[in-house]
Amino acid sequence: MNSTAIFINIFALGCLIVSLVKDRAKTKQSIKVAIKSFFRILPTVLIIIIFIGLLLGFVPPSVISKIVGEQSGFAGILLVALFGAIVHIPALISFPLAGSLLKSGASVAAVAAFIATLTMIGTITLPLEIKELGKKMALLRNGIGFIIAIIIALIMGIML
Amino acid sequence: MKDNVKEMQRKGMIRDSIFLGITLIIAIILLLIFPDRREAITTASWEFFIEMIWILPAVMVLMGLFAVWMSKETVIKYLGKTSGIKGISLAILFGALPTGPLYVAFPMAAALIKKGARISNVIIFLSAWACIKIPQEMVELRFLGPKFMASRLVLTIIFVVIMGVSIERLIEWSDKKASKSIGGEDDASI
Repeated sequence: MNSTAIFINIFALGCLIVSLVKDRAKTKQSIKVAIKSFFRILPTVLIIIIFIGLLLGFVPPSVISKIVGEQSGFAGILLVALFGAIVHIPALISFPLAGSLLKSGASVAAVAAFIATLTMIGTITLPLEIKELGKKMALLRNGIGFIIAIIIALIMGIML
Repeated sequence: MKDNVKEMQRKGMIRDSIFLGITLIIAIILLLIFPDRREAITTASWEFFIEMIWILPAVMVLMGLFAVWMSKETVIKYLGKTSGIKGISLAILFGALPTGPLYVAFPMAAALIKKGARISNVIIFLSAWACIKIPQEMVELRFLGPKFMASRLVLTIIFVVIMGVSIERLIEWSDKKASKSIGGEDDASI
């Protein structure tokens, strides 16, 4: 077990104990919410885990770096950014995928673009966003979000 | 509003399960066709599975706790009336708390706008909710390293604030233009 896992478990346990001391009923409700969200996220987690296995098993690093590596340039970043905007993966489990892509030859900018658009932009949730916040605000948020995601990715590519 | 979220969750669950089935079938077929790759694939998948199973329950517990303790009403109450630097910081902080997916935040954002909160703060809140979640940052640290995580965090905060302010300007500008073109002088009357 690594330090992040240890830290996050201790942190969660600490919060749980504080909550339990303060209010038993609320804690019980929290655990219920936690179990529900765990099972809701589980299918996606398993998909990503299988996908990472297949990716690392079949696609050699040379191919990955050709498509999303340094030499793919701006087109590669744009491609990944579009992919991130369309797919609907909880950010939490996109990090292992992003990490393995980075290790197998993807560029920092491409990986950053993927995470940035994935978190910032929701194509699947867009109808709901329009319904709740109006067309103007929802489209502006997603549109400008896409642009700043690419700017962040480019800056990170230069920095790291 | 609640029905929308519920419907979204139900649809998402069905979609995810179908995708999982398809992925499993494809994986099994590929493993049968390429037995020599079997070990590399299962090892890689297993390693990530172990990593995630150590982190995921704790993250879910944190999300559950914050969802129950930090009620929507509290967030809306505090975020609705603060502005300036304090409002921006509060919007980022509330957004970064470990709570559910983005579509849960849309009804809250709508309630905030109705309450008269600044558009910039609502956008910053939504974007922080989407991009900077505390447990997510820890997972990012684990898989992508401290340099990547820290620089993405700082850049995201900077650009999210810029985005919030510019969207507010854009919306106010277009609202003004719209009300002028109608010919009304309702700017003052609102």
